[in-house]
Amino acid sequence: MSVLAERAVGRPLDRVEGEAKATGEALYAFEHPLDRPAYGALVQSTIASGEIRALDASDALRVQGVLAMVSHGNAPRLQAEGELAVLQSPRVCYRGQIVAAVVADTLEAAREAAQLVRVEYAEESPDVVLRDDHPKLYRPEKVNPAFETDTAQGDLDAGLSAAEHVVDAVYETPAFHNNAMEPHATIAVWADGRLTLYDSTQGASSAGRTIAGVFGLDPEHVRVVSPHVGGGFGSKGTPRQHAVVAVIAAMTTGRAVKLAVTRQQMFALTGYRTPTIQRVRLGADGDGRLLAIAHDVVEQTSTVQEFAEQTAVVTRMMYAAPNRRTTHRLVPLNVPTPSWMRAPGECPGMFALESAIDELSVACGIDPIELRARNDPEVDPENGRRFSSRNLVECLRTGAERFGWADRDPAPATRRDGRWLCGTGVAASTYPVYRRPCRALARREADGSYLVRVAAADIGTGARTALTQIAADTLGVPPGDVRVELGDSAFPAAPVAGGSAGTASWGTAVVKACRLLRDGDGETEESVDTRAEIEAAEQLSRHAFGAQFVEVRVDLETGEIRVPRVLGVFAAGTIVNPKTARSQLIGGMTMGLGMALLEESILDRRFGDYLNRDLAGYHLPTYADLDEIDAIWVEEDDPDLNPIGSKGIGEIGIVGTAAAVANAVYHATGRRHRRLPITPAAVLAG
Amino acid sequence: MRDESQAPVLRELALRVNGVEHALTVDTRVSLLDLLREHLDLTGAKKGCDHGQCGACTVLIDGRRANACLALAVAHYGAEIVTVEGLAENGELHPLQRAFIELDAFQCGYCTPGQLCSAIGMLRELEAGHPSAVTTDGARLSPQEIRERMSGNLCRCGAYANLVPAILGSGS
Repeated sequence: MSVLAERAVGRPLDRVEGEAKATGEALYAFEHPLDRPAYGALVQSTIASGEIRALDASDALRVQGVLAMVSHGNAPRLQAEGELAVLQSPRVCYRGQIVAAVVADTLEAAREAAQLVRVEYAEESPDVVLRDDHPKLYRPEKVNPAFETDTAQGDLDAGLSAAEHVVDAVYETPAFHNNAMEPHATIAVWADGRLTLYDSTQGASSAGRTIAGVFGLDPEHVRVVSPHVGGGFGSKGTPRQHAVVAVIAAMTTGRAVKLAVTRQQMFALTGYRTPTIQRVRLGADGDGRLLAIAHDVVEQTSTVQEFAEQTAVVTRMMYAAPNRRTTHRLVPLNVPTPSWMRAPGECPGMFALESAIDELSVACGIDPIELRARNDPEVDPENGRRFSSRNLVECLRTGAERFGWADRDPAPATRRDGRWLCGTGVAASTYPVYRRPCRALARREADGSYLVRVAAADIGTGARTALTQIAADTLGVPPGDVRVELGDSAFPAAPVAGGSAGTASWGTAVVKACRLLRDGDGETEESVDTRAEIEAAEQLSRHAFGAQFVEVRVDLETGEIRVPRVLGVFAAGTIVNPKTARSQLIGGMTMGLGMALLEESILDRRFGDYLNRDLAGYHLPTYADLDEIDAIWVEEDDPDLNPIGSKGIGEIGIVGTAAAVANAVYHATGRRHRRLPITPAAVLAG
Repeated sequence: MRDESQAPVLRELALRVNGVEHALTVDTRVSLLDLLREHLDLTGAKKGCDHGQCGACTVLIDGRRANACLALAVAHYGAEIVTVEGLAENGELHPLQRAFIELDAFQCGYCTPGQLCSAIGMLRELEAGHPSAVTTDGARLSPQEIRERMSGNLCRCGAYANLVPAILGSGS
């Protein structure tokens, strides 16, 4: 590297696509210009279980401008299973499932015609309510993505019996919907045996491979383009049913077809976080040292496809205790298929575990930060592996100092300000460090600038900017001399933007390609694949850690909870871009506040539908819900991660936040809320 | 059975968008948002919910902020529309656009055009002295006023912590 070049990593650069986003130039999936596109509109089932008996499109087809109606009766046969086997069978497995689609010259005609498709059903009694004593409860083979379903070490009962203090409580979280601002959308262009999709996806490479498989196409003949994606939070990690329908529509009509899922349809079609019922048992000695930890989880999946959220997995590494057990059980219901939502597993799991730890601190009379420090393990408690770095305690102590924890009186319900009760709470946060094989290309252009290509996705994470910084430092040039192109499956294949593994995975490949170019013999282009080195990496326990501190005010008359102050402290290795990192961490915590206080997808227990299926009924946090909120980080130099030294930061912000809020509400009111969200009604009910 | 003559009702429409006159024939069912996005190639205004619940489609209609998804195009004959594409002047970004970039007031960027147009409309409302639910003693720019007046513009990435200072800084 040139001695003159100032390192770009660690500097708060503006997003490289910032101007494009602030001027409206950035094109999202539905916006790619086309000549005479057609529009698709979906028809959803109005029953939760049964079979389509008859489907009458005669009125729909009479609407001027309608080109086609596709259903299980006339759709091409697909090589797909589960949710992607769309329009393949008359079977209806949940309310809102796609039963048909209409294609028309205009959006208005398509939408009107979709409403005119008449479907007759042979309806069966649906089974939609999750219970921990449901007769269909079963043990999945693995939990997402490939974790052991159950683990056990030592003798749990003996550990609990020997404990001086025991917490045994059930925590519940409702269904949550990702609700990225950009509704899922696909434009399908089918021409000359080649398919081009403009798609809102977190992974162009895998989306292309998946769609190619569904339609039996050569993967080389499927291109997925997604330069800008309006958020995803997991829900755009895999192609959804509508993308398959868009392709069917394009193949059927020979037109480029634009199909956007409506906000209402997203509640059935684009994934959500399963509701959970979690029993946590903790047993501790008189000094608060854990003797036993158990975390038993019940959650739902659909009857179409299994999704088993790994909710208790986090409990396997979080705290030391000789006697341990985690289990996951699922109930297949007539509900939409749950899926990834920001920190699947860790997010709901840590609400339960970190609430229980707070309960234990009350039971033991030990400060919750001190209690966590006493139980901080030397090595990963279940597999004995070394932590590549574990700075949870430093996050807790740094946060305590910054937040002003030292003067805190632990007694609950003692701080009153008029009609408000005030309190503070803390919770720990963690997220695993993953890294996946990736390819990348680096090229020296004739004008001396550099081009880096990788089929990564920037869903708002700042990936384009972070990779620009990483490439610039490796090449020893200013970031302005590097252009990073991503969001196109025609570029070197890259893993999905998920598991907080984007920067680590794509960055490793970018560093490798740029190093080759820098150190080579004048080659102008280098292409790399990181599979070998990633598969050969040492088996360590790699995790980011953090702590959230929250102050709440609870209105005793209305039950309203206000959050005047939130502070997150994180240990996540090298922070590539402090500006975008802070935004992402605060964004995660903001979503965590929504989870704690506002968000809940309410099931219609009779008809099996989510009742509040729009943004008037499903409340995302907005401006007025926030006050002071900040994220900081501790120095962490971890050489065992990747060439950048970074840990993922996309998900850890949400993990722990809801528990910190619930713990603060306990401190304010003396009432322990074990079910989310903590609504005014819940506060008043006590 | 339905009447087979169920053809779209078409109307002539003339309006100005970002200073450019447009005269066209539109289906009366077309929303102002879809007119912009699907007929005028102005995809800056975003469709987040199509029900006036998220604010991503916010544009300025005759100087006032409005959800373009709730406006029927044909109801705005002769209107002056400004979208995010019309905020920069002579290649110079609007101060609010610059503040959004510098303070990182967005992540995915999908709500951004609506946030920008809404903030500009909101600042005009404040300037005109319109009170809000939190106004006690004259409408003045403050974080509290911004939080109250901008709450119709959702941001799932959670950029509010940067949006408030961006609007505050460029509005004062």
